[in-house]
Amino acid sequence: MCLAIPGKIISITQQLDDTFRFGKVSFGGITKEINLCMVPQAKVDDYVLVHVGVAIGIVDEEEAQKVFHYLKEMGEVEELQPSANNVQPAAI
Amino acid sequence: MKYLSEYRDAATAEAYINELHRITTQPWTIMEICGGQTHSLVKNGILDMLPPEITMVHGPGCPVCVTSISVIDEAVYLAQQPNVILCSFGDMLRVPGSGISLLEAKAAGADIRILYSPLEAVTIAQQNPGKEVVFFAVGFETTAPANALSVIQADRLEVHNYSILASHVLVPPAMEAILGDPSNTINAFLAAGHVCTIMGMEEYYPVAEKYRTPIVVTGFEPVDLLQGIVMAVQQLERGEYKVENQYARYVQREGNMLAQQTIREVFSISDRIWRGIGEIPQSGYEVNEQYSTYNARIKFNLQLNAAQENTACISGDIMKGLSKPKQCPNFGTLCKPEHPLGAPMVSSEGACAAYYHYANDAVAMTV
Ligand code: SF4
Repeated sequence: MCLAIPGKIISITQQLDDTFRFGKVSFGGITKEINLCMVPQAKVDDYVLVHVGVAIGIVDEEEAQKVFHYLKEMGEVEELQPSANNVQPAAI
Repeated sequence: MKYLSEYRDAATAEAYINELHRITTQPWTIMEICGGQTHSLVKNGILDMLPPEITMVHGPGCPVCVTSISVIDEAVYLAQQPNVILCSFGDMLRVPGSGISLLEAKAAGADIRILYSPLEAVTIAQQNPGKEVVFFAVGFETTAPANALSVIQADRLEVHNYSILASHVLVPPAMEAILGDPSNTINAFLAAGHVCTIMGMEEYYPVAEKYRTPIVVTGFEPVDLLQGIVMAVQQLERGEYKVENQYARYVQREGNMLAQQTIREVFSISDRIWRGIGEIPQSGYEVNEQYSTYNARIKFNLQLNAAQENTACISGDIMKGLSKPKQCPNFGTLCKPEHPLGAPMVSSEGACAAYYHYANDAVAMTV
């Protein structure tokens, strides 16, 4: 839950005002609706570092790809789809 | 991933390890704050590659581990209210409270939903106008802007059936609590990269100065961690205590000011009880007065009795760097990920769970 995962902005989907924006962000094919308030300068096709649904910084593409692959290997990308999370009842 | 040859930047990693062996002349104890870093150090077998003089100890930077039992009890209580949908990050579900965990409450029929983001909880509130939706807002500074934004968003969209149970914790006061403890053994800190992406580095200068302790802002990949350790040891060997930035590709000295503004808009700084450590003054965020109608503690008038911690669990000593997970008599026997006695065994970012999963089969490396 503490890591930030880089993804690519595919489109801007909602805009309440100048800064209160949402966009569709793709994480290696998984897309999510992400809040873009903290990165007002980010545009479609930019890569952003996303933490629990909020983009917190912009990264360059090469770095984004490297980090994404590392996180995938570490099994950290699963948190994007929490329903798939393996939350098992505790054994008694 | 346990062998150097499998690293993406194997040559760079090897160079850092060689450099560490070359420059280290005496014993040093270094604490990494962030649970993600602990996980990475253990999973990638880095602890086995360090010179024997260097001891890494694993700090309190896992929100799942430091959320107090009383707050877990509050979340369980809220989830059990008939009209409430309790939303949470998945990691929190198995953490034992003083009675049952959220997962057990869910099995008994409570409406508990696991979400990726607090912003999804606002949508659930919109879709369920007859229900009260509460988000269990845990986390360090990294997570605070998202939790704050969910409140701002609910307010702007006039979603009044939304509130958060805030249990935010802050890194610099925890560092001070550890350094100020008379039994402290820590010589240097690796600060958590993503926390600093938000907060920047300003807060760390007075801490480094006051306790004459180097602080290196560090990322979480193997090469980041190795470089961070090299930077810390270089300072220690020279007798310096500066704040340095290994993670400059993400961290600027001033941090993300918009994110800091968002935090200040919704939260005020409060005292906070850390599981295993106790109360640390001014070490958390609570929803401020302006947004008090979104504060679940006020909305539901929460007044539960403070719960006692399980004395069999020595997680406090582990998070202060005084013990290692394997020194706990319950490690791997009474306490396992399937039936944790303490929170560090629950989350994969908890030190006990990291050791349980990876340390047993780590193969010692010869460099
Ligand atoms: S092994 Fe279990 S009981 Fe021991 S410190 Fe870790 S979480 Fe607590």
